[in-house]
Amino acid sequence: MKRKPMRILPEALKQLFKKPATSKYPFEKAKLYAGYRARINFEVEKCIGCKMCMRVCPSKAIEIIPAENQPQPQIGPDGKPMPVKKIFNCIMNLDRCIYCAQCVEICPKKALAYTQDFELAQIEKKKLRLHYKN
Amino acid sequence: MAKITIPLGPQHPALKEPENFMLVLDGEQICDATVNLGYNHRGIEKAAENRNYIQDIYLLERICGICSHSHVSCYIGCVEEIAKVEVPQRAKAIRTLVAELERIHSHLLWLGVAAYEMGFETMFMYTWRDREQVLDCLEMLSGNRVHYGINTLGGVRRDINAQQAKEIIKKINYLEERTKYYVNLATEEPTVLARTQNVGKLPYKVALERNALGPTARASGVKMDVRKQEPYFIYDKLDFEMITYDSEDVFGRVVVRVLELVESYKIIKQVLSALPEGAISVKVPWKIPAGESVFRYEAPRGEDIHYVKSNGSEIPERVKVRAPTLSNFQSIPYMLKGDYLADVPITIAAIDPCMSCTDRAVVYDAKNGKTRTFDWEELRKYSIEFYKKKGVNFSTK
Ligand code: SF4
Ligand code: SF4
Repeated sequence: MKRKPMRILPEALKQLFKKPATSKYPFEKAKLYAGYRARINFEVEKCIGCKMCMRVCPSKAIEIIPAENQPQPQIGPDGKPMPVKKIFNCIMNLDRCIYCAQCVEICPKKALAYTQDFELAQIEKKKLRLHYKN
Repeated sequence: MAKITIPLGPQHPALKEPENFMLVLDGEQICDATVNLGYNHRGIEKAAENRNYIQDIYLLERICGICSHSHVSCYIGCVEEIAKVEVPQRAKAIRTLVAELERIHSHLLWLGVAAYEMGFETMFMYTWRDREQVLDCLEMLSGNRVHYGINTLGGVRRDINAQQAKEIIKKINYLEERTKYYVNLATEEPTVLARTQNVGKLPYKVALERNALGPTARASGVKMDVRKQEPYFIYDKLDFEMITYDSEDVFGRVVVRVLELVESYKIIKQVLSALPEGAISVKVPWKIPAGESVFRYEAPRGEDIHYVKSNGSEIPERVKVRAPTLSNFQSIPYMLKGDYLADVPITIAAIDPCMSCTDRAVVYDAKNGKTRTFDWEELRKYSIEFYKKKGVNFSTK
Protein backbone atom coordinates (compact mmCIF):
# COMPACT_ATOMS: atom_id res chain seq x y z
CA MET A 1 0.00 0.00 0.00
CA LYS A 2 1.30 3.46 -0.92
CA ARG A 3 1.61 5.79 1.98
CA LYS A 4 1.43 9.52 1.53
CA PRO A 5 1.40 11.47 4.75
CA MET A 6 0.20 15.06 5.17
CA ARG A 7 -2.36 14.90 2.37
CA ILE A 8 -4.83 16.87 4.41
CA LEU A 9 -2.49 19.83 4.96
CA PRO A 10 -2.67 21.57 1.55
CA GLU A 11 -6.43 21.06 1.54
CA ALA A 12 -6.79 22.51 5.03
CA LEU A 13 -4.66 25.53 4.10
CA LYS A 14 -6.73 26.10 0.97
CA GLN A 15 -9.92 26.09 3.02
CA LEU A 16 -8.56 28.87 5.22
CA PHE A 17 -9.04 31.32 2.39
CA LYS A 18 -12.51 30.17 1.42
CA LYS A 19 -15.88 31.40 2.53
CA PRO A 20 -17.34 29.38 5.45
CA ALA A 21 -19.70 26.67 4.24
CA THR A 22 -22.11 27.14 7.13
CA SER A 23 -25.24 29.08 6.27
CA LYS A 24 -25.90 32.09 8.48
CA TYR A 25 -29.47 31.17 9.31
CA PRO A 26 -31.29 32.69 11.30
CA PHE A 27 -29.37 35.90 10.56
CA GLU A 28 -29.88 35.36 6.87
CA LYS A 29 -32.96 33.97 5.21
CA ALA A 30 -32.77 30.24 4.65
CA LYS A 31 -32.65 29.18 1.03
CA LEU A 32 -35.50 26.84 0.17
CA TYR A 33 -36.20 24.98 -3.02
CA ALA A 34 -39.49 25.67 -4.75
CA GLY A 35 -41.17 22.42 -3.79
CA TYR A 36 -40.33 22.51 -0.10
CA ARG A 37 -43.21 21.25 2.02
CA ALA A 38 -44.11 23.29 5.07
CA ARG A 39 -47.34 24.60 6.68
CA ILE A 40 -50.48 23.31 5.00
CA ASN A 41 -52.95 25.98 4.00
CA PHE A 42 -56.70 25.46 3.79
CA GLU A 43 -59.32 27.31 1.76
CA VAL A 44 -62.79 27.15 3.27
CA GLU A 45 -64.60 27.97 0.02
CA LYS A 46 -63.24 24.97 -1.82
CA CYS A 47 -63.70 22.22 0.75
CA ILE A 48 -66.65 19.88 0.29
CA GLY A 49 -66.13 17.96 3.52
CA CYS A 50 -65.30 14.59 1.99
CA LYS A 51 -62.73 14.01 4.76
CA MET A 52 -60.35 12.14 2.48
CA CYS A 53 -57.53 14.21 3.97
CA MET A 54 -58.35 12.91 7.45
CA ARG A 55 -58.38 9.38 6.13
CA VAL A 56 -54.87 9.50 4.71
CA CYS A 57 -53.17 11.68 7.29
CA PRO A 58 -50.58 9.43 8.93
CA SER A 59 -50.41 11.42 12.15
CA LYS A 60 -54.04 12.47 12.64
CA ALA A 61 -53.00 16.11 12.39
CA ILE A 62 -55.89 17.38 10.31
CA GLU A 63 -59.51 17.61 11.31
CA ILE A 64 -62.41 18.76 9.15
CA ILE A 65 -65.41 20.01 11.13
CA PRO A 66 -68.66 21.67 10.10
CA ALA A 67 -68.40 25.44 10.45
CA GLU A 68 -70.34 27.15 13.22
CA ASN A 69 -72.05 29.71 11.07
CA GLN A 70 -73.65 27.90 8.20
CA PRO A 71 -75.48 29.86 5.51
CA GLN A 72 -79.22 30.19 6.02
CA PRO A 73 -81.32 28.05 3.71
CA GLN A 74 -82.84 30.18 0.95
CA ILE A 75 -86.30 29.72 -0.41
CA GLY A 76 -86.19 29.33 -4.15
CA PRO A 77 -88.64 30.88 -6.64
CA ASP A 78 -90.70 27.69 -6.58
CA GLY A 79 -91.23 27.96 -2.83
CA LYS A 80 -88.99 25.03 -1.98
CA PRO A 81 -85.73 25.45 -0.03
CA MET A 82 -82.74 25.61 -2.36
CA PRO A 83 -79.82 23.28 -1.66
CA VAL A 84 -77.02 25.13 0.10
CA LYS A 85 -73.40 24.15 0.24
CA LYS A 86 -72.41 23.23 3.74
CA ILE A 87 -69.30 24.98 5.00
CA PHE A 88 -66.41 23.19 6.64
CA ASN A 89 -63.57 24.40 8.80
CA CYS A 90 -60.21 22.82 9.27
CA ILE A 91 -58.21 22.32 12.41
CA MET A 92 -54.55 21.76 11.77
CA ASN A 93 -52.40 20.53 14.62
CA LEU A 94 -48.96 21.73 13.68
CA ASP A 95 -47.34 19.74 16.46
CA ARG A 96 -48.64 16.51 14.97
CA CYS A 97 -48.21 17.29 11.30
CA ILE A 98 -45.19 15.70 9.67
CA TYR A 99 -45.50 17.87 6.52
CA CYS A 100 -45.80 14.95 4.18
CA ALA A 101 -48.45 16.76 2.10
CA GLN A 102 -50.35 13.54 1.46
CA CYS A 103 -53.55 15.43 2.35
CA VAL A 104 -52.76 17.99 -0.35
CA GLU A 105 -52.36 15.25 -2.91
CA ILE A 106 -55.57 13.40 -2.07
CA CYS A 107 -57.87 16.45 -1.83
CA PRO A 108 -60.25 16.31 -4.80
CA LYS A 109 -61.04 20.03 -4.66
CA LYS A 110 -57.53 21.39 -4.09
CA ALA A 111 -58.68 23.00 -0.86
CA LEU A 112 -55.36 22.20 0.74
CA ALA A 113 -51.96 23.44 -0.39
CA TYR A 114 -48.51 23.43 1.09
CA THR A 115 -46.71 26.67 1.71
CA GLN A 116 -43.06 27.52 2.27
CA ASP A 117 -43.83 28.79 5.72
CA PHE A 118 -41.50 26.69 7.85
CA GLU A 119 -40.72 28.82 10.90
CA LEU A 120 -43.52 27.40 13.00
CA ALA A 121 -41.98 27.00 16.44
CA GLN A 122 -44.09 28.37 19.28
CA ILE A 123 -43.62 28.72 22.99
CA GLU A 124 -47.29 28.22 23.77
CA LYS A 125 -48.67 24.89 22.74
CA LYS A 126 -52.14 26.12 21.92
CA LYS A 127 -50.76 28.36 19.19
CA LEU A 128 -49.81 25.21 17.32
CA ARG A 129 -53.48 24.45 16.82
CA LEU A 130 -54.54 26.42 13.79
CA HIS A 131 -58.21 26.89 13.12
CA TYR A 132 -58.90 27.82 9.50
CA LYS A 133 -62.41 29.22 9.40
CA ASN A 134 -64.69 31.25 7.25
CA MET B 1 -4.73 -9.59 35.88
CA ALA B 2 -8.40 -9.80 36.79
CA LYS B 3 -10.85 -9.75 33.95
CA ILE B 4 -13.12 -6.74 33.86
CA THR B 5 -16.58 -6.64 32.36
CA ILE B 6 -17.70 -3.40 30.77
CA PRO B 7 -21.30 -2.88 29.82
CA LEU B 8 -21.49 -0.58 26.79
CA GLY B 9 -25.01 0.69 26.49
CA PRO B 10 -28.00 0.26 26.50
CA GLN B 11 -28.42 3.97 25.92
CA HIS B 12 -26.15 3.39 23.03
CA PRO B 13 -25.86 4.60 19.45
CA ALA B 14 -25.78 1.72 17.01
CA LEU B 15 -28.89 0.55 15.21
CA LYS B 16 -32.19 2.33 15.45
CA GLU B 17 -32.59 0.78 18.85
CA PRO B 18 -30.04 1.35 21.58
CA GLU B 19 -28.38 -1.90 22.53
CA ASN B 20 -25.95 -3.17 25.08
CA PHE B 21 -22.51 -4.72 24.68
CA MET B 22 -20.93 -6.62 27.51
CA LEU B 23 -17.20 -6.49 26.94
CA VAL B 24 -14.94 -8.76 28.96
CA LEU B 25 -11.52 -7.17 29.18
CA ASP B 26 -8.19 -8.63 30.03
CA GLY B 27 -6.19 -5.49 30.59
CA GLU B 28 -6.69 -3.50 27.40
CA GLN B 29 -7.64 -6.47 25.32
CA ILE B 30 -11.19 -7.70 24.70
CA CYS B 31 -11.50 -11.40 25.29
CA ASP B 32 -15.25 -11.70 24.96
CA ALA B 33 -18.21 -9.64 23.88
CA THR B 34 -21.96 -10.18 23.82
CA VAL B 35 -24.71 -8.08 22.28
CA ASN B 36 -28.08 -7.53 23.97
CA LEU B 37 -30.84 -5.93 21.96
CA GLY B 38 -34.38 -4.76 22.52
CA TYR B 39 -34.13 -1.55 24.53
CA ASN B 40 -35.95 0.67 22.14
CA HIS B 41 -38.93 -1.24 20.91
CA ARG B 42 -41.14 1.30 19.17
CA GLY B 43 -43.89 -1.01 18.03
CA ILE B 44 -43.71 0.22 14.45
CA GLU B 45 -44.81 -3.12 12.99
CA LYS B 46 -47.88 -3.20 15.22
CA ALA B 47 -48.64 0.42 14.43
CA ALA B 48 -48.45 -0.44 10.73
CA GLU B 49 -51.19 -3.01 11.23
CA ASN B 50 -53.50 -0.25 12.47
CA ARG B 51 -53.06 2.15 9.59
CA ASN B 52 -54.03 1.99 5.97
CA TYR B 53 -51.55 1.36 3.18
CA ILE B 54 -51.01 5.05 2.43
CA GLN B 55 -50.46 6.04 6.05
CA ASP B 56 -47.98 3.19 6.41
CA ILE B 57 -45.76 4.74 3.76
CA TYR B 58 -45.04 7.66 6.05
CA LEU B 59 -44.87 5.54 9.16
CA LEU B 60 -42.32 3.12 7.71
CA GLU B 61 -40.34 5.97 6.24
CA ARG B 62 -39.62 6.95 9.81
CA ILE B 63 -38.01 3.66 10.80
CA CYS B 64 -34.74 5.33 9.99
CA GLY B 65 -33.78 8.85 9.08
CA ILE B 66 -30.91 7.82 6.85
CA CYS B 67 -32.44 4.91 4.92
CA SER B 68 -35.91 6.39 4.75
CA HIS B 69 -36.23 5.76 1.01
CA SER B 70 -34.97 2.19 1.42
CA HIS B 71 -37.64 1.13 3.88
CA VAL B 72 -40.47 2.73 1.95
CA SER B 73 -39.33 1.31 -1.39
CA CYS B 74 -39.08 -2.11 0.17
CA TYR B 75 -42.58 -1.91 1.66
CA ILE B 76 -44.07 -0.46 -1.49
CA GLY B 77 -42.40 -3.18 -3.53
CA CYS B 78 -44.31 -5.75 -1.48
CA VAL B 79 -47.65 -3.97 -1.77
CA GLU B 80 -47.28 -3.41 -5.50
CA GLU B 81 -46.46 -7.05 -5.99
CA ILE B 82 -49.55 -8.17 -4.09
CA ALA B 83 -51.76 -5.69 -5.94
CA LYS B 84 -50.11 -6.70 -9.25
CA VAL B 85 -49.43 -3.11 -10.19
CA GLU B 86 -47.11 -2.36 -13.08
CA VAL B 87 -45.10 0.69 -12.06
CA PRO B 88 -44.23 3.04 -14.98
CA GLN B 89 -40.60 3.02 -16.09
CA ARG B 90 -40.15 6.70 -15.35
CA ALA B 91 -41.24 6.17 -11.75
CA LYS B 92 -38.78 3.31 -11.42
CA ALA B 93 -36.00 5.51 -12.77
CA ILE B 94 -36.82 8.28 -10.29
CA ARG B 95 -36.88 5.77 -7.44
CA THR B 96 -33.45 4.53 -8.51
CA LEU B 97 -32.17 8.09 -8.66
CA VAL B 98 -33.36 8.88 -5.14
CA ALA B 99 -32.04 5.53 -3.86
CA GLU B 100 -28.56 6.30 -5.14
CA LEU B 101 -28.63 9.86 -3.82
CA GLU B 102 -29.55 8.34 -0.49
CA ARG B 103 -26.64 5.91 -0.69
CA ILE B 104 -24.26 8.79 -1.38
CA HIS B 105 -25.56 10.77 1.55
CA SER B 106 -25.38 7.76 3.84
CA HIS B 107 -21.86 6.78 2.81
CA LEU B 108 -20.54 10.34 3.05
CA LEU B 109 -22.11 10.57 6.48
CA TRP B 110 -20.47 7.31 7.45
CA LEU B 111 -17.09 8.42 6.16
CA GLY B 112 -17.37 11.48 8.37
CA VAL B 113 -18.43 9.47 11.40
CA ALA B 114 -15.60 6.96 10.90
CA ALA B 115 -13.09 9.80 10.58
CA TYR B 116 -14.50 11.37 13.71
CA GLU B 117 -14.23 8.15 15.70
CA MET B 118 -10.60 7.92 14.62
CA GLY B 119 -9.98 11.48 15.75
CA PHE B 120 -9.51 12.73 12.19
CA GLU B 121 -11.84 15.67 12.56
CA THR B 122 -10.70 17.62 9.53
CA MET B 123 -11.94 14.89 7.24
CA PHE B 124 -15.18 14.68 9.21
CA MET B 125 -15.83 18.37 8.54
CA TYR B 126 -15.08 18.11 4.83
CA THR B 127 -17.22 15.04 4.16
CA TRP B 128 -20.17 16.48 6.02
CA ARG B 129 -19.86 19.77 4.20
CA ASP B 130 -19.92 17.95 0.86
CA ARG B 131 -22.83 15.83 1.97
CA GLU B 132 -24.92 18.99 1.99
CA GLN B 133 -24.80 18.92 -1.81
CA VAL B 134 -26.65 15.61 -1.89
CA LEU B 135 -29.15 16.76 0.68
CA ASP B 136 -29.79 19.80 -1.52
CA CYS B 137 -30.43 17.49 -4.47
CA LEU B 138 -32.89 15.49 -2.41
CA GLU B 139 -34.68 18.58 -1.16
CA MET B 140 -34.95 19.94 -4.68
CA LEU B 141 -36.35 16.66 -6.00
CA SER B 142 -38.67 15.69 -3.20
CA GLY B 143 -39.39 18.69 -0.99
CA ASN B 144 -37.53 17.49 2.07
CA ARG B 145 -33.97 16.83 3.11
CA VAL B 146 -34.48 13.73 5.19
CA HIS B 147 -37.89 12.12 4.86
CA TYR B 148 -38.28 12.63 1.14
CA GLY B 149 -41.72 11.10 0.74
CA ILE B 150 -41.07 10.65 -2.97
CA ASN B 151 -42.63 7.20 -3.11
CA THR B 152 -46.29 6.46 -3.31
CA LEU B 153 -48.19 3.31 -4.13
CA GLY B 154 -47.94 2.83 -7.88
CA GLY B 155 -45.11 5.25 -8.57
CA VAL B 156 -43.58 8.45 -7.34
CA ARG B 157 -45.17 11.69 -6.22
CA ARG B 158 -43.00 14.20 -8.03
CA ASP B 159 -41.58 14.39 -11.49
CA ILE B 160 -38.15 15.67 -12.33
CA ASN B 161 -37.63 18.43 -14.89
CA ALA B 162 -34.70 19.19 -17.14
CA GLN B 163 -33.43 22.01 -14.99
CA GLN B 164 -33.37 19.86 -11.86
CA ALA B 165 -31.52 17.16 -13.76
CA LYS B 166 -28.93 19.70 -14.83
CA GLU B 167 -28.48 20.93 -11.28
CA ILE B 168 -28.07 17.38 -9.98
CA ILE B 169 -25.42 16.62 -12.59
CA LYS B 170 -23.58 19.77 -11.58
CA LYS B 171 -23.55 18.76 -7.94
CA ILE B 172 -22.59 15.18 -8.75
CA ASN B 173 -19.64 16.41 -10.82
CA TYR B 174 -18.43 18.42 -7.85
CA LEU B 175 -18.83 15.42 -5.54
CA GLU B 176 -16.99 13.20 -7.99
CA GLU B 177 -14.04 15.53 -7.83
CA ARG B 178 -14.13 15.56 -4.05
CA THR B 179 -14.51 11.81 -3.79
CA LYS B 180 -11.32 11.28 -5.80
CA TYR B 181 -9.58 13.19 -3.06
CA TYR B 182 -11.28 11.15 -0.32
CA VAL B 183 -10.29 7.91 -1.99
CA ASN B 184 -6.67 9.01 -1.87
CA LEU B 185 -7.01 10.34 1.63
CA ALA B 186 -8.66 7.23 3.02
CA THR B 187 -6.35 4.76 1.36
CA GLU B 188 -2.96 6.42 1.56
CA GLU B 189 -2.91 8.52 4.70
CA PRO B 190 -0.66 6.61 7.14
CA THR B 191 -2.68 7.61 10.18
CA VAL B 192 -5.91 6.24 8.69
CA LEU B 193 -4.13 3.02 7.80
CA ALA B 194 -2.73 2.71 11.30
CA ARG B 195 -6.19 3.02 12.84
CA THR B 196 -8.05 0.76 10.43
CA GLN B 197 -5.75 -1.96 9.13
CA ASN B 198 -6.10 -5.28 10.92
CA VAL B 199 -8.76 -3.83 13.20
CA GLY B 200 -12.13 -5.56 13.52
CA LYS B 201 -11.14 -8.58 11.44
CA LEU B 202 -14.01 -10.52 9.89
CA PRO B 203 -12.79 -13.41 7.72
CA TYR B 204 -14.79 -14.44 4.66
CA LYS B 205 -16.06 -17.65 6.25
CA VAL B 206 -17.19 -15.94 9.44
CA ALA B 207 -18.90 -13.20 7.47
CA LEU B 208 -20.96 -15.86 5.71
CA GLU B 209 -21.60 -17.79 8.89
CA ARG B 210 -22.76 -14.73 10.80
CA ASN B 211 -24.74 -13.38 7.88
CA ALA B 212 -22.93 -10.09 7.48
CA LEU B 213 -24.52 -7.82 4.88
CA GLY B 214 -23.80 -4.90 2.64
CA PRO B 215 -20.44 -3.14 2.78
CA THR B 216 -19.48 -5.11 5.90
CA ALA B 217 -19.75 -8.40 3.99
CA ARG B 218 -18.32 -7.02 0.75
CA ALA B 219 -15.22 -5.85 2.63
CA SER B 220 -14.69 -9.49 3.59
CA GLY B 221 -14.83 -10.53 -0.04
CA VAL B 222 -18.43 -11.80 0.03
CA LYS B 223 -20.04 -11.07 -3.32
CA MET B 224 -23.52 -10.03 -2.30
CA ASP B 225 -25.50 -7.06 -3.50
CA VAL B 226 -29.24 -7.32 -4.11
CA ARG B 227 -28.91 -4.79 -6.91
CA LYS B 228 -26.90 -7.39 -8.82
CA GLN B 229 -28.37 -10.64 -7.54
CA GLU B 230 -32.05 -9.81 -7.78
CA PRO B 231 -32.27 -6.48 -9.59
CA TYR B 232 -35.25 -4.32 -8.74
CA PHE B 233 -36.26 -0.91 -10.18
CA ILE B 234 -34.06 -0.42 -13.25
CA TYR B 235 -30.79 -1.76 -11.87
CA ASP B 236 -30.70 -4.57 -14.44
CA LYS B 237 -30.36 -1.96 -17.20
CA LEU B 238 -27.56 -0.04 -15.55
CA ASP B 239 -23.87 -0.55 -15.87
CA PHE B 240 -22.13 -0.56 -12.49
CA GLU B 241 -19.75 -2.73 -10.53
CA MET B 242 -20.19 -4.59 -7.30
CA ILE B 243 -17.35 -3.38 -5.10
CA THR B 244 -15.66 -6.00 -2.96
CA TYR B 245 -12.41 -5.96 -1.07
CA ASP B 246 -10.59 -8.75 0.66
CA SER B 247 -8.70 -7.15 3.51
CA GLU B 248 -11.49 -8.28 5.89
CA ASP B 249 -10.94 -5.37 8.30
CA VAL B 250 -12.18 -1.85 8.98
CA PHE B 251 -9.89 -0.54 6.26
CA GLY B 252 -11.69 -2.73 3.73
CA ARG B 253 -15.02 -1.31 4.85
CA VAL B 254 -13.71 2.22 4.26
CA VAL B 255 -12.48 1.27 0.79
CA VAL B 256 -15.73 -0.45 -0.19
CA ARG B 257 -17.80 2.54 0.84
CA VAL B 258 -15.71 5.20 -0.88
CA LEU B 259 -15.58 3.16 -4.08
CA GLU B 260 -19.34 2.59 -3.91
CA LEU B 261 -19.72 6.36 -3.92
CA VAL B 262 -18.02 6.43 -7.31
CA GLU B 263 -20.38 3.72 -8.59
CA SER B 264 -23.39 5.66 -7.35
CA TYR B 265 -22.26 8.74 -9.29
CA LYS B 266 -22.03 6.56 -12.36
CA ILE B 267 -25.53 5.19 -11.82
CA ILE B 268 -27.03 8.65 -11.31
CA LYS B 269 -25.50 9.93 -14.54
CA GLN B 270 -26.83 6.94 -16.45
CA VAL B 271 -30.31 7.32 -15.01
CA LEU B 272 -30.43 11.03 -15.80
CA SER B 273 -29.11 10.63 -19.32
CA ALA B 274 -31.73 8.04 -20.24
CA LEU B 275 -34.78 9.03 -18.26
CA PRO B 276 -37.78 7.17 -19.76
CA GLU B 277 -40.75 9.30 -20.77
CA GLY B 278 -44.27 8.68 -19.58
CA ALA B 279 -46.43 8.79 -16.49
CA ILE B 280 -44.90 8.85 -13.02
CA SER B 281 -47.57 6.83 -11.25
CA VAL B 282 -50.55 4.59 -11.75
CA LYS B 283 -53.60 4.32 -9.58
CA VAL B 284 -53.62 1.67 -6.89
CA PRO B 285 -56.94 0.73 -5.28
CA TRP B 286 -57.60 1.49 -1.61
CA LYS B 287 -58.16 -2.12 -0.80
CA ILE B 288 -55.29 -4.44 -1.60
CA PRO B 289 -56.32 -8.00 -2.53
CA ALA B 290 -55.38 -10.78 -0.14
CA GLY B 291 -51.87 -12.11 -0.52
CA GLU B 292 -48.36 -11.92 0.81
CA SER B 293 -45.02 -10.83 -0.50
CA VAL B 294 -41.36 -10.39 0.40
CA PHE B 295 -39.13 -7.73 -1.08
CA ARG B 296 -35.35 -7.51 -0.91
CA TYR B 297 -33.65 -4.15 -1.24
CA GLU B 298 -30.04 -3.07 -1.05
CA ALA B 299 -30.03 -0.27 1.52
CA PRO B 300 -26.80 1.66 2.15
CA ARG B 301 -26.09 -0.61 5.12
CA GLY B 302 -26.98 -3.88 3.44
CA GLU B 303 -29.93 -5.98 2.48
CA ASP B 304 -33.26 -4.77 3.83
CA ILE B 305 -36.19 -7.20 3.80
CA HIS B 306 -39.87 -6.40 4.20
CA TYR B 307 -42.73 -8.85 4.36
CA VAL B 308 -46.33 -7.71 3.90
CA LYS B 309 -49.45 -9.81 4.26
CA SER B 310 -52.76 -8.39 3.15
CA ASN B 311 -56.27 -9.64 3.77
CA GLY B 312 -58.25 -7.73 1.18
CA SER B 313 -58.95 -4.71 3.34
CA GLU B 314 -57.33 -1.28 3.30
CA ILE B 315 -55.14 -2.17 6.28
CA PRO B 316 -52.26 -4.66 6.07
CA GLU B 317 -52.58 -7.70 8.27
CA ARG B 318 -48.87 -8.01 8.92
CA VAL B 319 -45.79 -5.96 8.13
CA LYS B 320 -42.43 -7.38 9.07
CA VAL B 321 -39.18 -5.45 8.74
CA ARG B 322 -35.71 -6.94 8.85
CA ALA B 323 -33.26 -4.05 8.88
CA PRO B 324 -29.67 -4.75 7.80
CA THR B 325 -28.04 -3.63 11.02
CA LEU B 326 -29.74 -6.42 12.94
CA SER B 327 -27.98 -8.93 10.78
CA ASN B 328 -24.66 -7.13 10.95
CA PHE B 329 -24.77 -7.17 14.71
CA GLN B 330 -24.03 -10.87 14.79
CA SER B 331 -20.54 -10.13 13.52
CA ILE B 332 -19.63 -7.50 16.10
CA PRO B 333 -18.67 -9.83 18.98
CA TYR B 334 -16.38 -11.70 16.62
CA MET B 335 -14.78 -8.51 15.31
CA LEU B 336 -14.18 -7.17 18.80
CA LYS B 337 -12.53 -10.27 20.19
CA GLY B 338 -8.78 -9.87 20.48
CA ASP B 339 -8.87 -6.15 19.71
CA TYR B 340 -8.14 -3.35 22.14
CA LEU B 341 -10.75 -1.37 24.03
CA ALA B 342 -9.55 1.64 22.07
CA ASP B 343 -10.70 0.02 18.84
CA VAL B 344 -14.29 -0.47 20.01
CA PRO B 345 -15.68 2.85 18.69
CA ILE B 346 -14.28 2.45 15.19
CA THR B 347 -15.17 -1.24 14.98
CA ILE B 348 -18.78 -0.65 15.96
CA ALA B 349 -18.92 2.40 13.72
CA ALA B 350 -17.60 0.33 10.83
CA ILE B 351 -20.84 -1.59 10.41
CA ASP B 352 -22.49 1.81 10.13
CA PRO B 353 -25.08 1.80 12.87
CA CYS B 354 -26.83 5.06 13.76
CA MET B 355 -24.56 6.97 16.09
CA SER B 356 -27.31 9.18 17.36
CA CYS B 357 -27.33 9.10 21.13
CA THR B 358 -24.41 9.54 23.47
CA ASP B 359 -23.66 6.33 25.21
CA ARG B 360 -22.59 5.54 28.71
CA ALA B 361 -20.41 2.66 29.74
CA VAL B 362 -19.50 1.50 33.24
CA VAL B 363 -16.08 0.06 33.89
CA TYR B 364 -16.37 -2.40 36.71
CA ASP B 365 -13.21 -3.58 38.34
CA ALA B 366 -13.98 -7.04 39.70
CA LYS B 367 -10.98 -7.02 42.00
CA ASN B 368 -11.86 -4.09 44.20
CA GLY B 369 -15.49 -3.68 43.19
CA LYS B 370 -15.05 -0.07 42.00
CA THR B 371 -17.03 1.27 39.09
CA ARG B 372 -16.20 4.03 36.68
CA THR B 373 -18.42 5.56 34.07
CA PHE B 374 -17.32 6.13 30.52
CA ASP B 375 -19.55 7.93 28.12
CA TRP B 376 -19.12 7.62 24.38
CA GLU B 377 -17.20 10.88 24.20
CA GLU B 378 -14.78 9.78 26.91
CA LEU B 379 -14.29 6.41 25.30
CA ARG B 380 -13.54 8.15 22.03
CA LYS B 381 -11.04 10.48 23.72
CA TYR B 382 -9.51 7.51 25.45
CA SER B 383 -9.04 5.74 22.14
CA ILE B 384 -7.43 8.79 20.57
CA GLU B 385 -5.05 9.17 23.53
CA PHE B 386 -4.28 5.45 23.46
CA TYR B 387 -3.17 5.70 19.86
CA LYS B 388 -1.30 8.95 20.40
CA LYS B 389 0.93 7.11 22.82
CA LYS B 390 1.59 4.63 20.05
CA GLY B 391 2.53 7.43 17.69
CA VAL B 392 -0.69 7.61 15.67
CA ASN B 393 -1.63 11.23 15.87
CA PHE B 394 -3.95 13.18 13.60
CA SER B 395 -3.60 16.51 15.31
CA THR B 396 -0.11 17.18 14.00
CA LYS B 397 -1.06 16.55 10.40
S1 SF4 C 1 -59.93 16.24 1.18
FE1 SF4 C 1 -60.15 18.38 0.58
S2 SF4 C 1 -62.32 18.62 0.12
FE2 SF4 C 1 -62.12 16.71 1.25
S3 SF4 C 1 -62.45 17.30 3.40
FE3 SF4 C 1 -60.26 17.39 3.05
S4 SF4 C 1 -59.87 19.51 2.48
FE4 SF4 C 1 -62.06 19.18 2.27
S1 SF4 D 1 -49.12 17.14 5.72
FE1 SF4 D 1 -49.27 14.97 6.24
S2 SF4 D 1 -49.27 14.95 8.47
FE2 SF4 D 1 -49.70 17.04 7.87
S3 SF4 D 1 -51.93 17.15 7.86
FE3 SF4 D 1 -51.31 16.64 5.77
S4 SF4 D 1 -51.36 14.41 5.69
FE4 SF4 D 1 -51.41 14.99 7.85
